[in-house]
Amino acid sequence: MAFVSSETSVTHALSARAVKILIAGGFGVGKTTMVGSVSEIRPLRTEEMLTELSSGVDDLSGVEDKTTTTVALDFGRITINPDLILYLFGTPGQERFWFMWDELAYEALGAVVLADTRRLESCFAAVDFFERREIPFMVAVNCFDNAPLYEIHEVREALSIDNAIPTVLCDVRKRNSSKQVLVTLLEYLIGLARSATAPAEADVAESR
Amino acid sequence: MKLENEFWFDEDAGPLVRPYAVARGRTRPTRHNLEMTTLVVAARTDRDVNVDREYAHILRMCQQPLSIAEVSATLNLPLVVVKVLLSDLIDWGLVIFRSPPRTSDVPQMELLQAVLDGIRKL
Ligand SMILES: Nc1nc2c(ncn2[C@@H]2O[C@H](COP(=O)(O)OP(=O)(O)OP(=O)(O)O)[C@@H](O)[C@H]2O)c(=O)[nH]1
Ligand SMILES: [Mg+2]
Repeated sequence: MAFVSSETSVTHALSARAVKILIAGGFGVGKTTMVGSVSEIRPLRTEEMLTELSSGVDDLSGVEDKTTTTVALDFGRITINPDLILYLFGTPGQERFWFMWDELAYEALGAVVLADTRRLESCFAAVDFFERREIPFMVAVNCFDNAPLYEIHEVREALSIDNAIPTVLCDVRKRNSSKQVLVTLLEYLIGLARSATAPAEADVAESR
Repeated sequence: MKLENEFWFDEDAGPLVRPYAVARGRTRPTRHNLEMTTLVVAARTDRDVNVDREYAHILRMCQQPLSIAEVSATLNLPLVVVKVLLSDLIDWGLVIFRSPPRTSDVPQMELLQAVLDGIRKL
């Protein structure tokens, strides 16, 4: 009997797909709270072992000067329909770890950068990361009690981000508010996808 | 390999210590295309496949499609260890998997619209 390889049968038995959105931002800004407020499951925690190369490593010998760190991240799940699952990953607060975690950002639909107006600078690194990787992101200002109130344009200026990047106020403890942030992100992503395909269609028309 | 020593779990982690031994210190899954959001599902429903306990545990969990991240969280094991175990199960034909859609795939718009509709319904 010919043994059917698992990959050949995949499309028949496993039609579901999974996509992910990252919730990033500085330490203690409310990432896990946001994941939990919209997730259908209690946030789960997974961890990865990351190997950090110290300076002056000889690639060929490979073993010396490597330190392995275990980095944890929280995630939640939203079953969009039986064939589509959305995972929300709250990045670890300590950026220096998730920055080396290539798989985390790989093929993410987009990201929400949470900001705290008491220390806006703590999300600079995340903004920078997504800009470099060309991962579409938005900024959501998590309004903590007694935190200084800023106008949206002031936040944009402080973070020196483009006007096109959606920036909203939210309270991540409230499900509806977190949901609204995600709606804003998806509308933004759809807009980007539309403008990315529009010029291509124009090209096709021209070449006819 | 020093892996078992370096990442040994607490005493009370009990049976969860074993997968490090089952993984035999392997930190490189035979399958390189497994990611956190790759979905896995058991290929068969029969429960009495003759495999080690951790593999059997994964097979029981994966009667419904689950992401590798969920398997890792439930087993309380690092992603890399879970990928090693899942690679074995896939190689043996006991588990099938599906990689997340590439963002370069064409029907991106439909995908995004479906996600948006789903979020609006929350
Ligand atoms: N007042 C107020 N407190 C909040 C809000 N969001 C989160 N908190 C609290 O702030 C603390 C940190 O929230 P987390 O969700 O754990 O933050 P995090 O970004 O996941 O933190 P790390 O993972 O440690 O970086 C918790 O005690 C929350 O209850 C908010 O909108 N308002
Ligand atoms: Mg957290």
